[in-house]
Amino acid sequence: MIRFSHVYKDYPKGSALKKVSLHIAKGEFVFLTGHSGAGKSTMLKLLYGELRPTSGQLRVSGFSIGDLSPDEIPRLRRRLGIIFQDFRLLEDRTAEENVAFALEVTGARPDSISAKVMRVLTQVGLAAKAQAYPQELSGGEQQRVAIARALVNDPTILIADEPTGNLDERATRGVFQLIREINAGGTAVVMATHDLDLVKQTTYRTVELREGTVVFDSGVDEGAEAEEA
Amino acid sequence: MRLLIREALQAFRRAPLLSALSITTIGFSLYAVGLFGLVAVNLREALRTVEQRVEVVAYLLRGTPPETIAQASQDIAAFPEVARVTFVSEDEALKRARLELVEFRDAYRDLSVNPLPASLEIQLKDGFRDAQHTAVVASRLRGYGFIDDVRFGREWIEKLDRLRNIAGLVGLTIGLAFAAVAVVIIGVTIRITVLQRAREIAIMRLVGATNSFIRGPFLLEGMLKGLLGGFLAIALCYGTYLLFRGQVELATSGIVFLKPAQVGLGVIFGVLIGLGGSLVSVGRHLRNV
Repeated sequence: MIRFSHVYKDYPKGSALKKVSLHIAKGEFVFLTGHSGAGKSTMLKLLYGELRPTSGQLRVSGFSIGDLSPDEIPRLRRRLGIIFQDFRLLEDRTAEENVAFALEVTGARPDSISAKVMRVLTQVGLAAKAQAYPQELSGGEQQRVAIARALVNDPTILIADEPTGNLDERATRGVFQLIREINAGGTAVVMATHDLDLVKQTTYRTVELREGTVVFDSGVDEGAEAEEA
Repeated sequence: MRLLIREALQAFRRAPLLSALSITTIGFSLYAVGLFGLVAVNLREALRTVEQRVEVVAYLLRGTPPETIAQASQDIAAFPEVARVTFVSEDEALKRARLELVEFRDAYRDLSVNPLPASLEIQLKDGFRDAQHTAVVASRLRGYGFIDDVRFGREWIEKLDRLRNIAGLVGLTIGLAFAAVAVVIIGVTIRITVLQRAREIAIMRLVGATNSFIRGPFLLEGMLKGLLGGFLAIALCYGTYLLFRGQVELATSGIVFLKPAQVGLGVIFGVLIGLGGSLVSVGRHLRNV
């Protein structure tokens, strides 16, 4: 599903990732932890093709990130769901329109969009607020809309960059529970977080980065690796 | 396609102030070009009116038989440069002179013999009223034995030629400069629109939109703004025309408005600038993000 092989990523000001090798299997849940600037966001940006590795191999859902052609980037992203700390919703569109937008850009049949959108809004518990604009929703609700948008294309991987970073404790619990449910449905989750309490609550695999290097990996699962290979 | 049109139209609804501002900017930029066009068209019209006065007069020898004159008139009328040949008899010439040359009215009244010769007045076709063609026609006329003298105001026509050339060159230069300024201003306006929606573009890319999908609504929006800006410019030009119509007299006629084809060309220019500006701005933005 995801395989980093000796991946380096250099910026003009220095290295962000050094010799990262990592395999994430289908349906796995992985926490990425580490201080600010440790390389978590760089790793996630590599996953969705926003950045290219300086050297090494990275394969995501069948795509080789280093060799992505401009045409392949949208195709890769349609297989991924991506959520952020700042939600990244379009402020001038309702919750329903924000979610529908992700389907429309893929050229989905217009008559199929409405039903799919309502299905995912129901799944995230926001069917009743489909017509609300982002500014009318709480932080937790906005993140749920972002999750609904990430889910509407049935992704194989959910990439979450500090999804609870802007939420209070109660909203954090709700959003995290939702992400766990999504994972339980078979979607692999790669979640970068600062929130160690959240990490400790579960037994999910944790990968810790420090200055661009993997310093800890709780679940080097040889069995899963062999299966994937 | 429906989505493309919807997204383009929603851009107006979502940012009405910025959209209005872009349309106004495009409108006023094109208005400057249009005003210049209006001035150029009217100058050309004025020159054309003056040009129509260009004629060659062939004075005939006294006693030329009328049938010879009639035959020659037909020959001359068949010259490719000639629009019309008018025969002015001696009596008619005197009548005109009495009417037009008021200062000499007394001198003409007491004449016992008419000193004025008969003549052929030759009007030239459009495009042949310059010094070169006029001289060619004049020299051909001199070949007729019964033609005594040919006059056509060589110096005056040469001045008119120079004026026409200068007006054409200055017009082209200033016109191009105005158009270039309009292109730059409109380009900047569209760039602002793209930057204002940078976040939206980034989100579109994140959810897997292709570049052509992102570009589509912007191009349509740019074309629509160009179209509306073009209409605004035409309306402003027409308003200016109405304002000045009663007050400015050029040569013998009043000022004229642009022809429908020129109006259409202006609007098409607006649409193309809108399209081109969007294409460049969005393309550059997509390459840089």
